[in-house]
Amino acid sequence: MTRYDKLLYFIRLHHTGLTVCAFSALLLLYPLVQDNPYTLGLSNLVAIHVIIVLGLNLFIGYTGQISLGHAAFFGLGAYGTAIGTVTFELAPWPTLVGVAALVALVALIIGIPTLRLSGHYLAMATLGCNSVVHTVMLQWDEVTGGSSGFAGIPPLAIGAFAFDDEVRFHYLVWTIALISLLLCLNLVRSGVGRGLAAVAGDETAAEALGVNTRRSKINVFVLSAVLASVAGSLFAHCYSYVSPDSFNIFVSTDLVIMVVVGGMGSIWGSLFGATFITLLPEWIDIFDAYKDLVHGGVLVLVLMFLPQGFVTGLVDLIKTRSALRRSRHATS
Amino acid sequence: MLHLDGVSKQFGGLPALSEVSFSVPRGQLTALIGPNGAGKSTLINCITGVLQPTSGAVRLEGEEITSLPSHAIARCGVARTFQNLKLFERLTVLDNVLTGLTVEGGNSMMMAMLRLPYLRHRERRLKLRALEALDHFGLSDKAQWPASVMAYGDKKRLELARATVSQPQLLLLDEPVAGLNATETEAVACQLRRLRRAGQTLLLVEHDMELVMKLADQVVVLDSGCVIACGTPDEVQCNPRVLEAYLGRMDATA
Amino acid sequence: MYTTSDFFQFVVAGITTGAIYALIALGFSVVHNTMGIVNFVQVDFVSLGGMLMFSALLALGLPMIPGLLLAVAGVAMLAMLVERFGLRPSRSDNELVLIFLTIGLSIIIRGAMKLIWGTNRMALPPLSGNQPIHIFGAAVLPQALWIMALTLLAIVVLSWFFYRTPLGLAMRAVASNPTAAAVVGIAAGRIRLTSYAIAGALGGLAGVLVTPITTLSYDVGVLLGLKGFAAAILGGFGSFPGAILGGVILGLLESLSAGYLSSGYKDVVAFIVLLLVLFVRPKGLLGK
Repeated sequence: MTRYDKLLYFIRLHHTGLTVCAFSALLLLYPLVQDNPYTLGLSNLVAIHVIIVLGLNLFIGYTGQISLGHAAFFGLGAYGTAIGTVTFELAPWPTLVGVAALVALVALIIGIPTLRLSGHYLAMATLGCNSVVHTVMLQWDEVTGGSSGFAGIPPLAIGAFAFDDEVRFHYLVWTIALISLLLCLNLVRSGVGRGLAAVAGDETAAEALGVNTRRSKINVFVLSAVLASVAGSLFAHCYSYVSPDSFNIFVSTDLVIMVVVGGMGSIWGSLFGATFITLLPEWIDIFDAYKDLVHGGVLVLVLMFLPQGFVTGLVDLIKTRSALRRSRHATS
Repeated sequence: MLHLDGVSKQFGGLPALSEVSFSVPRGQLTALIGPNGAGKSTLINCITGVLQPTSGAVRLEGEEITSLPSHAIARCGVARTFQNLKLFERLTVLDNVLTGLTVEGGNSMMMAMLRLPYLRHRERRLKLRALEALDHFGLSDKAQWPASVMAYGDKKRLELARATVSQPQLLLLDEPVAGLNATETEAVACQLRRLRRAGQTLLLVEHDMELVMKLADQVVVLDSGCVIACGTPDEVQCNPRVLEAYLGRMDATA
Repeated sequence: MYTTSDFFQFVVAGITTGAIYALIALGFSVVHNTMGIVNFVQVDFVSLGGMLMFSALLALGLPMIPGLLLAVAGVAMLAMLVERFGLRPSRSDNELVLIFLTIGLSIIIRGAMKLIWGTNRMALPPLSGNQPIHIFGAAVLPQALWIMALTLLAIVVLSWFFYRTPLGLAMRAVASNPTAAAVVGIAAGRIRLTSYAIAGALGGLAGVLVTPITTLSYDVGVLLGLKGFAAAILGGFGSFPGAILGGVILGLLESLSAGYLSSGYKDVVAFIVLLLVLFVRPKGLLGK
C-alpha cells in the first residue's frame, strides 16, 4: 500500500468522524470572520433548531411516526428553565437536566398509550398536548407571565464565565448541537440504529428480526422530547426572555418542515433542513406577506419530487443511479 | 426442536387451522405443503407470533413460546423469510444483512449513542460476518447497492442471507422459490442443501413439489387447516388422502 | 349561583359548537376512510367557507341562502382542486408523505387567504336576525338554531348518499376493504375526488355557520379544525356516528367547563379528556 492509498483508506474508514471534525473547525472559526451580532444570533437560533430537529428526525424518519407537537417539549424546556432559575432561584445547569427529565416523563405518558396505535392518534395526542401547553402558558399569569412573557432569565455560566453575548453563546450552543449530532450519528450507525431503520421499513419484518418495535418507538420519542427540552432551556438562557407564541403549533409544523426538507432519516439532512428553514425568512425579507406561501411551497415541492426529503432523496437518487450504471457495466 | 400441539386458529369463527400437531426434528429439513388456502402461511404466522393461536401450544426446545410477542420469539432463535419479500428497500444490501444481526448488536440506546470501543469492535465483527454471508449467497459484489435496485432473484437470496446470518436455531422459509425461474430455483436448492448439511434445522413452506421431494427429510401435508399426512417424501407421495387433496376426489377414485 | 337556566344555556352552547365540530370531524373521517390519511387541509376549508361567504355577501351582494350555497360549492370545488393537483401528482403511497403533503398544502392555502383577504378580523352577519329566542329560560340565538338544523340536514343528506347512491356505496366498499374494491373495478381517482369534495363541502358549511358567532379571519379554522380532528379521534377515527358523537361530547365538555370552571382553560379540559379517553379506550368511543 502506498502512502496515498493509506490516506484514502483512512479517509474512507473515518469519513463520518472527519466530516464532524471539519465542521467543528469551521464553527470554531466562524465568529472570527463574522462578528455581526445579528448574524451570530441567527446562527445560534439555527443551532437550537438543529438540536430539536435531530431528535424529531430520528422519530419521524426512523420510526415512521408523526409528532405535531414538538414545540410543546421545546416550550416546556424553556418555561421550566425560566421558572426554575428565576422563580425558584435554582442553579441553571441542574435545572436544565431536571427539566429535561420531567419532559421525558411527559413524553412517556403521552407515548405509551398512543404509540400502540397507528400514527394518527399520536399526531392528535401531540397536537393536543401542544395546544394544552400553549394555553397554560397564556392563562397561568401568576406563574408564566401570561401573554406578556417571562423575562429576566440569567445566562448560563461555567464558574465565573457567563455565556452572555452572541460570541460566547455561539460556542456553547454549537458545542451542544455538535454533541447531539455526534450522539445521533453514533446511534444510527449501531445495531440499535439498524433496528430503528428496520422499523421504518417494515414493522412485521423488524419484529421478525427481534426488534421490539413498540419499545423502540417510545425510546426514540422520549429521546426526541429530551433534545427538544434541552434546546428550549438553551433558548431561554440565550434570549433571557420567553413568550408563549414561540411555542405554538405553527412552530411545531415549522419543525416538521425542517425535518422533511432536510430528509427523513438523514442526520446530516437535519442540519441542512434546520439551517435552510431558519434562514429562509431572512432571504425573503422583502416579501414578508409571501412567507407562508414559500414555506408551504417548499414543503409541497420537496414531497412531490423527492418524497424522502431533499438531502435523503438526492442521496438515494445518486446511489440508485450509480448502482444501475455499474450493473449495466457488468452486463455489457 | 419445534413442537406444535393442537394449534388452532379461528378468524371470526371461521377455522383456519384446527388441531395442528407435528414436530420439527433438529438438524432436519421439514417441508410443509398443501393446496392453496390450506393455512400454511397462517401456521407460520402463528409460530412466529405475528398471529396468536386461538388454542394449542407451540414449544421450542420444550419452552412454550405460544403467547410471546414476535420479537421475543425471534430472540429465541427463530428466523424467517416472507412470501412477498420484506426487504428494507432504502438500506444497502450489506445493511439489510446486518439487520439480521440486530439481536447481537446490543439493545441499549444509551450505549449505542456513546459508541464505546467495545461496541465499535463488535460492529466490525458483525460486518465481517455479514460480508461472509453475502459471499455464501454470491451477493458480495453488490454489498453497497441499495436493495431497491436488485433483481427479484437477488432479492430472494438477500432475504435468505438476512435470515441465516444470525445462525438461528430454527429457520422458517415461506416459499423461497416462488416466482423464480429454473436456474434461480436450482441455486436456492443448492443453498438449502448447504444449510441442511451444516446442521441447520429448517421448516420449508413450498409449492414446488419437485423441490420438496428432492430436499425434505420429512413432509407435513396440510389441507383445510388439518394435518392429513406426515412422513418421509416417499410415504407421503403414496398416501391416498394426499392424492385426493391435491388431485381432487374424482381423480382419486377414477 | 348557577341556575337550571344557566345549565340549559351551557348545554345549548355546547351542542351548537359540538355540531360544528361534528361537521368538521365528518370531513376528516370521509377522507380518512377513502385514503387512510389525516387531511390537514380540512382546517382551511373551514376558514375558506367563512371567507367565501363574506365575499359573496359583500362583494357580490348576494342574499343569504344563495351566498351560503355558493360558498359551500366554492370550497368543495377548491377541495377537488387540492386533491387533483396537490395530492395526486405525488406518486408516493406512503401515508407519512401524504399527510405531510396536506400540511404543506394547508400552509399554502392559509398564505393565499392571507394575501387575498388580509389579516384583519372581520365580522359576518348571522343567517337571520340577532334577536335571541327564549327556550327553557335559555337565550338561544337564531344562528344556533340554524347551525343545528343545517348540521342535521347535512347528516341526513350524507347518510342518503352513503346508503342509497351507487357512488356512496362504492365509497363505503373502499373504506371497508380497499383491495376488494379495486378488484371489482371501482375507480379510485373518482372516489378520492368525491371524498375531497364532500370534506370540502362539510368544512365550508361549518365555516359559513360558525364565523358569525366567532369572528372571521384567515386562521380561524386552525383551532376549530383541530377540535374537529380531536372529535373524530374521540368518537373513533373513520366512524361517522363516532364523529357526530365525538363532536357533541367535545362541544358539551368545552361549554360546561367554560361555564362552571374557567373560560380560559376550556381547550385544556377538552384535550385532557381526549387524552384520558385514549388511555382507557385507545380506539375511541365507537372505534372498531
